Parts: sequence; C-alpha cells; structure tokens
Amino acid sequence: MDTDLFVAWFEETARLVRRDRDRLTRLDAAIGDADHGTNLDRGLTEVRKALTEWPPESPVQVLTSAGTALIRRVGGASGPLYGSVFRQMGKALDSPVTLAGFSAAFDEGVVAVERLGKAAPGDKTMVDALAPASRALALAVRDGVGVREAFEQAARAAAEGARATIPMQARKGRASYLGERSIGHEDPGAASSALFMAALATVAS
Amino acid sequence: MVGLVLVSHSAGLAAEAVALAKGIAGAGVPVAAAGGTEDGGLGTSVDLVEAAVRGVDQGDGVVLIPDLGSSVLTARLLEEDGRIVVADVPFVEGAIAAAVAAGADAPLADVLASAEESRTFRKL
Repeated sequence: MDTDLFVAWFEETARLVRRDRDRLTRLDAAIGDADHGTNLDRGLTEVRKALTEWPPESPVQVLTSAGTALIRRVGGASGPLYGSVFRQMGKALDSPVTLAGFSAAFDEGVVAVERLGKAAPGDKTMVDALAPASRALALAVRDGVGVREAFEQAARAAAEGARATIPMQARKGRASYLGERSIGHEDPGAASSALFMAALATVAS
Repeated sequence: MVGLVLVSHSAGLAAEAVALAKGIAGAGVPVAAAGGTEDGGLGTSVDLVEAAVRGVDQGDGVVLIPDLGSSVLTARLLEEDGRIVVADVPFVEGAIAAAVAAGADAPLADVLASAEESRTFRKL
C-alpha cells in the first residue's frame, strides 16, 4: 500500500461525501443540527487542497495532513473526531504498509476516537460503524485474505453498522437530548464513517 | 496568573461570558473568548482556540472552559499535561469561579478546583 492509495482514499471519500452531502445533512436534521453534510464536505475539500499544495511523501504524511485539515476546517464535532482517527492512525502506522499494519493502526485510530468522544459501541455514533470495520479488518488479517477483499469486508461491516444505529437511542451528542425520539433515525456520523470505508474498498479494487 | 479561555459555539456568547467574568473577577484577569467558526458561524475553530490560549498564557497554565459538543472535543485536543487543562464545568458559573480564583493568583490546580466546585452550586 503506497502513498497514492492513501491520497486516493481521501479523494474518493471527498467525492462520496459531496455526492451524499444532502443525505448526510438530512440525517443530521432529524436528530442533530443539520450541518454534518456541509461540514464534512468543507473539511474534505480542505483535505484535498492540503494534499495538492503539499504533496505527501508517505502514507503517514497523508494521514497526518488529512487529520489536521479535518480538525481545523470541519467546524463541528466530526472534525476533532475524524481528525483524531487519522492522526492517531498515522502515528501508529509502520512503513512499508501491510494489511496487518493498516489494520492495527486503524484500530488505534478507532480507540482514540472512542476515548476522545467517550463513546462506546451502541451509543449511536460513528463508533458503531468504525468499530465493526476495524473488527472486519482484523478478521481478514487473521484469515489471510487479500487487501481488496479485506477492504470490501470492512466497508460492508461499516455499512451494516451504520444501518444498525437506526433502532438505537442516542447516548452522545445533541441527539442524546432527544431521548427516545432519537430512535428510528440513522446516525449521520455512522453514515459518513461508512462512506470513508466504502471509499477505501473502491480505491483498492 | 493562570489564563482562561472560554470556548463556545457562539462568538457572542463567548465574548459576553468573558465580559461578565472580567466584570466580576477584575479586568486584569487574563480571560479570552474563542467562540464560533472563523467565518462567524456557530461551531468551533481550533485556530481561534489556539490563538486565544497564546493570548492568555503567562506561563502559569491555562484552563479551557468549553460549552458543549465540538467545543469540548476541540479543547481536549489541546490539553497538555499540567499546563493546559479542560474544566468539566457549567460554562458561566465555572468561568466566573475560575476567573475569581485566577485573579487571586491561585495556581493552576486550585483554579481548576474552584471551577469544578461550581458544578454543585445551587441557585435555590
């Protein structure tokens, strides 16, 4: 896995978030403050700009640069949260990047976001998509499957995890103030996390 | 003197909370506002928070007092052990308690403890 693949990952994520910007904002309008699509679109536009203006020389630089741009430019809670995932992943990633190394570093990123947001699986947050994706990657490493298949399994796990937030009652963020009225809506952060993983599967194929 | 940064989603709320804290604790207490996004919208800007920290940092430590959500997450990203700390306190009451303690030249741990006492302030 080289630098180009990591750059392509963020470019494809930016494309998917732009495509689904209105859907993400609609999900956020139901239980949040109706800005997730526009915030993340703005942040990922900044990520693309950063990766173009200062071409990264390693996967670690891609992750660090993308994470920092997300923290600085998203403006909502998803900025520090996604920023922490990618900056921690960058810190933990060994070179050259293998699937096992990617999986271990990604899991450290997920642990970092759980710690920052004090969120656990079942709280109806992005963790409900990211944690199953991380588990799918670890299983793929254990079973010795190839990179493409591993990323496809992670993308499927994240999409299923996002859908599984629909019947959950939110315990974190603005949606948690709604109590039982947060039930019946997909969490926008879990939905965008599924897009990050879908993008990964696309660029690896 | 310990510095304080009030981090809110709203620039107006942060600025007025600073005015209130300084009005009660004294104009010489280093309290700065970091509210809203750089384009003036509701949200949090890590650049504005970092600039505010630099503005109030006199070398004795800085307490960040966030309102909620992304303010809390952004403030936590800037924590430095024993130097920059986040207070888990009500925004207005915590800001005033911390400002009064800072104005009395209390060290960082005591300013933080004063702010945390405001969690249990009863109004009635």
